Amino acid sequence: MLGELSEEHEAFRAVVRDFAASEIEPHAAAWDRDHHFPVDTVLAMGDLGLFGLIFPEEYGGAGADFTSLCVAIEEIGRVDQSMGITLSAGVGLGANPIHHFGSDEQKQRWLPEMITGRALGAFGLTEPDGGSDAGATKTKARLDETTGKWVIDGNKSFITNSGTAITSVITVTARTDSGISCFLVPSGTPGLTVEPAYHKLGWHASDTHGLSLNDCRIDTDQLLGTPGDGFRNFLQILDDGRIAISALALGCARACLDAAVDYANERTAFGSTISRYQGVSFQLADLAVAVENARNLTYKAAWLKDNGRPFKQAAAMAKLYSTETAVDATRIATQIFGGAGFIEETPIVRFYRDAKVLEIGEGTSEIQRMVIARCLGLAL
Amino acid sequence: MNVIVCVKQIPDPALPGALDSSSNTLKRDGKLILDESDSYGVEMALQLVTAAGGGEVSLVSMAPNGEVSGLRTALAMGAAKAILVSDPALKGSDALTTAKVLAAAVQRLGGADLIIGATESSDGYTGTVPEQIAEILGLPSVTFAKKVTIDGSTMHIERQTEQGYDEVTSPLPALISVTAGVVEPRYPSFKGIMAAKSKPLETVTAADLGITPVGWDGAGQTIVNVSQAEARKAGEVIEDDGETFTKVVSYLENLKLI
Ligand SMILES: Cc1cc2nc3c(=O)[nH]c(=O)nc-3n(C[C@H](O)[C@H](O)[C@H](O)COP(=O)(O)OP(=O)(O)OC[C@H]3O[C@@H](n4cnc5c(N)ncnc54)[C@H](O)[C@@H]3O)c2cc1C
Repeated sequence: MLGELSEEHEAFRAVVRDFAASEIEPHAAAWDRDHHFPVDTVLAMGDLGLFGLIFPEEYGGAGADFTSLCVAIEEIGRVDQSMGITLSAGVGLGANPIHHFGSDEQKQRWLPEMITGRALGAFGLTEPDGGSDAGATKTKARLDETTGKWVIDGNKSFITNSGTAITSVITVTARTDSGISCFLVPSGTPGLTVEPAYHKLGWHASDTHGLSLNDCRIDTDQLLGTPGDGFRNFLQILDDGRIAISALALGCARACLDAAVDYANERTAFGSTISRYQGVSFQLADLAVAVENARNLTYKAAWLKDNGRPFKQAAAMAKLYSTETAVDATRIATQIFGGAGFIEETPIVRFYRDAKVLEIGEGTSEIQRMVIARCLGLAL
Repeated sequence: MNVIVCVKQIPDPALPGALDSSSNTLKRDGKLILDESDSYGVEMALQLVTAAGGGEVSLVSMAPNGEVSGLRTALAMGAAKAILVSDPALKGSDALTTAKVLAAAVQRLGGADLIIGATESSDGYTGTVPEQIAEILGLPSVTFAKKVTIDGSTMHIERQTEQGYDEVTSPLPALISVTAGVVEPRYPSFKGIMAAKSKPLETVTAADLGITPVGWDGAGQTIVNVSQAEARKAGEVIEDDGETFTKVVSYLENLKLI
């Protein structure tokens, strides 16, 4: 571990950076402006193998470690947060639950397409009346003895990748007689309504919808994992996802730092470049320290996971610190860009709008602090 | 079908280059990467081998300090093995010595049905090495290949010209140099990168290949002076005042273009 990633990770980083620079960066502003989810680009990310990195070769994956996924998310996120979250959620929330908790048949049915990026999965946990308190889920599932089908009723909020042209299945949590359980609801199942896309502050090119499930009937073999284990299972999924969000936030913070450094060296005021004023340069020096910390926390957490060590606390620390750093970075960069930092032509504006949700999704900053406090042994 | 691609590893063009003031040559002591010009040759080789239904792509490269990053990239794209010639004695080698060294490396690999080079490297631009290799190995050579199809032991080449392209037929084995942009080089996958780690990569010296003298001693050139290229003059801007077309016409008339 200590400080450096392996040569292979760095070689892979260079490949993803090239890909991001030529296939994503030139279009990111237009996708953001038009609220356009670029399916072809997602398919191209699939061709590059990004969606299958961490999954076993038998399903078409690369059998790579979580660190390599973080590298990919960081580099994609450095040019486009929307495509970064599409990747992070597609892998972490879409395919990962099926990989962890699915039966062989479920894996055979859903994983190969997700791994090649031909299909996206989504994870429906949050509800109108329960986000942080996801155990308060009101969605209900009951087994209809006569048809042998599960019948699901309820609503889900803010579900990433749930309404794209290539969304294949949504894992939803629902209350059953034995507690919270997870169900695989295929796209297009009668009774599943994908509501119109939200108007979001940021992540404009990422796909987010509310869902309603009304008398939504699915086959019994689409129950994911052991009935009643849903709560425990999604907490485990979120631990992985938090490291991925930390990598996404790191990409955002780096983009802002790099852009602000370049701008500070170019922009002149009062007869010299603004880099000469400590009011500017010290902010960037401090930001560089924070970015370095975010990097270390992110890859430390990934390393712990890759090496089979406990990583719950490390993941929460990484997510908390990196996402708050990303928000700080966008604020500092915008300030250094001055008026230009408020105008859509500058990519910083997009990062400014995109960053805030990092402190909210997959567990708010407050929830991360609760997780860390609990790991400290504090009675909450 | 077996193909050997000559690949150059060069300083990252995205970083500012520096001249070694004692030798007037480009400093190459940092990390080197696969010359983008050569990624087209590697891609074409991989496609030809796939189309032929068998065989493999091998690489030869000459680079300082045992540098293999660029070779690893090409191995990650799908090449099977590589020979690197790296030797402090090679410093200062001219294009002909480079060609002798690479030709010997090709022979060490046992030759191939086809040898591919780039039209020119992105950091040296002599544009002569591939043809020199062909001459040394006694092979037919076709420059500026933009499309290649193999038909048994015959190769059909579309050769880029200023007006269009020539259709050339050549027997194999042969050497071609390919122009940039003729194929879309694939991105190496993570699996490819991991696999590249354990692919055979042999490092040899000029002496191992029996090539002497090399470096400054073997060079038929001396670099006397390097100077800044003259900056391009700004073009003429014509403001549109409703009569612009007359100015454009007279401009073109002055150039005797119309
Ligand atoms: C763009 C976007 C994409 C999303 N994608 C998905 C997805 O794919 N799948 C999914 O299931 N969800 C998704 N979410 C939902 C997200 O995970 C939730 O919004 C988040 O967990 C917060 O839940 P909430 O919105 O209900 O806020 P609430 O839980 O209502 O929280 C409101 C505020 O109260 C604070 N709070 C709550 N409890 C405590 C406490 N005990 N102590 C201190 N403070 C507390 C919170 O930190 C927050 O500041 C997405 C959200 C967005 C915006």
